[in-house]
Amino acid sequence: MRRHDFRGGVHPPGQKHLSAERAIELLPMPPRLYLPLQQHAGGPALPIVTVGQRVGKGELLAQAQGAASAPLHAPTSGTIIAIGEFTAPHPSGLPLPTITLEADGAERWIEREPLPDPFSLSPAQVAAQVGAAGIVGMGGANFPSAVKLDKARQAGVHTLVINGAECEPYMSCDDRLMRERATDIVDGVAIMLHAVQAPRALIAIEDNKPEAIQAMRDACRSDTRIEVLNLPSRYPAGSAKQLIQWLTGLETPAGGRGTDTGLLVHNVGTAYAVHRALRDGQPLISRIVTVSGGAVAEPRNLEAPLGALAADLLAYCGGVGDDCVRLLMGGPMMGHPLPSAETPVIKGTNGILALTIAEVSEHTPSPCIRCGHCVEACPMGLLPVEMANSARREDWSGIQALGLSDCMACGSCAYRCPSHIALPQYFAYARDQLAEQRREEAKAQQIRQLIQQRQARLARAEQAKAEAAAQRQAAKKQRAIAAVEDDD
Amino acid sequence: MNSNPLAGAPHAHDGDSVSRLMGAVLLALAPATLYGIVLFGWPALNLLTVTVLACLLGEAGCLWLAGRSVRLGVLDGSALLTGVLLALSLPPWAPWWIGAIGGGFAIVVGKQVFGGTGQNVFNPAMLARVMLLVSFPVEMTTWLEPRPWLSGSAPSFLEGLQITFVRLAATDGVTGATILGHLRTELSLSQPIEQILPGHYQPALAAVGWTGGSLGETSAILILLGGLWLMWRRAITWQIPVTMLGTVLVLASSFYWVNPERYADPILHLVSGSLMLGAFFIATDPATSPITPWGQAAFGIGCGAFVYIIRTWGGYPEGVAFAVVLMNAATPLIDHYLRPRIYGRTWRGQPRPIRKKPHET
Repeated sequence: MRRHDFRGGVHPPGQKHLSAERAIELLPMPPRLYLPLQQHAGGPALPIVTVGQRVGKGELLAQAQGAASAPLHAPTSGTIIAIGEFTAPHPSGLPLPTITLEADGAERWIEREPLPDPFSLSPAQVAAQVGAAGIVGMGGANFPSAVKLDKARQAGVHTLVINGAECEPYMSCDDRLMRERATDIVDGVAIMLHAVQAPRALIAIEDNKPEAIQAMRDACRSDTRIEVLNLPSRYPAGSAKQLIQWLTGLETPAGGRGTDTGLLVHNVGTAYAVHRALRDGQPLISRIVTVSGGAVAEPRNLEAPLGALAADLLAYCGGVGDDCVRLLMGGPMMGHPLPSAETPVIKGTNGILALTIAEVSEHTPSPCIRCGHCVEACPMGLLPVEMANSARREDWSGIQALGLSDCMACGSCAYRCPSHIALPQYFAYARDQLAEQRREEAKAQQIRQLIQQRQARLARAEQAKAEAAAQRQAAKKQRAIAAVEDDD
Repeated sequence: MNSNPLAGAPHAHDGDSVSRLMGAVLLALAPATLYGIVLFGWPALNLLTVTVLACLLGEAGCLWLAGRSVRLGVLDGSALLTGVLLALSLPPWAPWWIGAIGGGFAIVVGKQVFGGTGQNVFNPAMLARVMLLVSFPVEMTTWLEPRPWLSGSAPSFLEGLQITFVRLAATDGVTGATILGHLRTELSLSQPIEQILPGHYQPALAAVGWTGGSLGETSAILILLGGLWLMWRRAITWQIPVTMLGTVLVLASSFYWVNPERYADPILHLVSGSLMLGAFFIATDPATSPITPWGQAAFGIGCGAFVYIIRTWGGYPEGVAFAVVLMNAATPLIDHYLRPRIYGRTWRGQPRPIRKKPHET
């Protein structure tokens, strides 16, 4: 198979050694879990439990709403003590509707029926089970996996790509998962192949994880449909678009989906979750989280229940030093700062990082010198410097023409900017402004439509009135003629 | 816990900064600069000091007038670099006011008038060089043979001060033309090249830098080494130096092949004058060169072509400053037209057609 390079990219120091050699540990069940109803792309889940209700481990707490949504299950047994607002894992620190579950420590499972062999089910049934288990993209995209599986099958995808690149620095949760649970992942891949009816799967792993590559090769030796491939260790090799390009030379058309190229990309964590759901009947209630960074006493990979607070994970890892200047959810390239450590782990949380000043390199921005490093680094072939200039001038049509919609906010440009200009923030600002414009336009359009409808209604009423008058007039005439005739 | 709650991704950086980039360029220039000082003695050092001071003063004054941080602006090293580059392109025994006027002009008119760092259209050092060459042709074309430090012919410290700050005393008989200048004069007298060059030009000496010329432009090899290091350090990309030198090489080889009596050989072009300095240190100035790889290649080709054209048919023996300034003017145009293709789009910016590859390995 030919390899095709992707454009640009950067080589941030991996920092994986901090946590990659520690085996996955189970986080002791925290006393309380905070489960936001919106942990996925699409509509929020609808709670079906009430405050005070006792629930078993794995019990459905909230059901999916709408076409793209995901249900939520109880990560442990206990009592629902609140359904209200709680700090969301978002830099705004705004609250989101959240179910609070107090653990009873019994880990009492709900009753589970014996599972049929997934390969005896129809592909649509497999996807439905994946959806019912609440599985979303575990790499951070959070898109409901069942929807992706169904759409891919309908599109006639020929290759399932399993993304084990893990190109974000510090992150090692996928690395550990592949090293320790390779057989389960490969089983999940086989089930997903059945669900999309694709003939083959490629597992792509960055070449800085030789142990994971070896473990995965050993695990899929017996299945000739599945192949393990090395990726270059260059950020963002793990972005679906760049991954597809590297593997096939094809590009996802602008505004299109990966499946337009005949490929479907899923994260290794998702494959593992599919295995757990269809073999063990365990919905998505926990995930592997990398806890790392220079300010963490003992960086580790933890299997944490959803809803555990970042503070719980950090405390288990020996706590955070006073030298922590930034607390992140996700990796340093695309992760976002947490408003506080009292923020819950959600389905897409791959890491909690506590970074020191030396690791984040805070600088005051200086004037742009037009060095072109950002252009060189951009994997999408954009001109970040010109886009930032447009944003500064508030030239929204200009920034759209420069390809704002193609920017995936990978941060490569700002990583290399010698002037320390926060380029992705300019783009986020522009996106926000454009969205606001679109909302305003939609509103104006709606108002115009209402006015037109009202005018049409009034015109119709007027016309009806006129017609009625005319009819009356005609009837009168008729009567008068009839009267005259009668007189004759 | 978060010192800056508004900080956005990415939270990592490769550690480079404007001042580090400028520092790297200065470091890469150090061998050629030191060599120039050794070769031409105290007056060269005096001129370098005056030029750099004029640049720093100009920068500080303008920033102060504009109400911006003088400390940050001066510390970023760009004014220092402009001063060094300008000094390196001056005749080594030029009087102090050449450096002072040139340095002040470079920063005030060449850079700050446009809005300061990153806003200037023209390379400040080259703009100043062009201005000096047009305004003070005698001072700007008074060359001398190498008189290395500690050799008998070198001026003492006091003589050096006198040369720079009073007048160019008693230098008759030691001045000589640069190779390119000599070649131009003789060619205009219809002398064939094989009679002009012997005795005046030895390729090896010219490459090492044992020849008359500007303060820091004589040693092509030292400049080349510094430039290669900059490339390796990723302070500059390969596009501009390679295309600029390549274009000169191709043009010079073609004409030399057609008529070696009339056109100088390509090696002479590569090792003499400011071509090396221009290709690695001047044309690569980030603010005034294109931002895209293709644009940089086009810019380098343009610079190389102009250098050769001016050297061969123009009114001046050397053309790097003019070539770079001309191409600087074309940079916005190049940036407008030569852009990378966006992922998932055609060159025209439309989404690429959906194309499914049949299943194969």
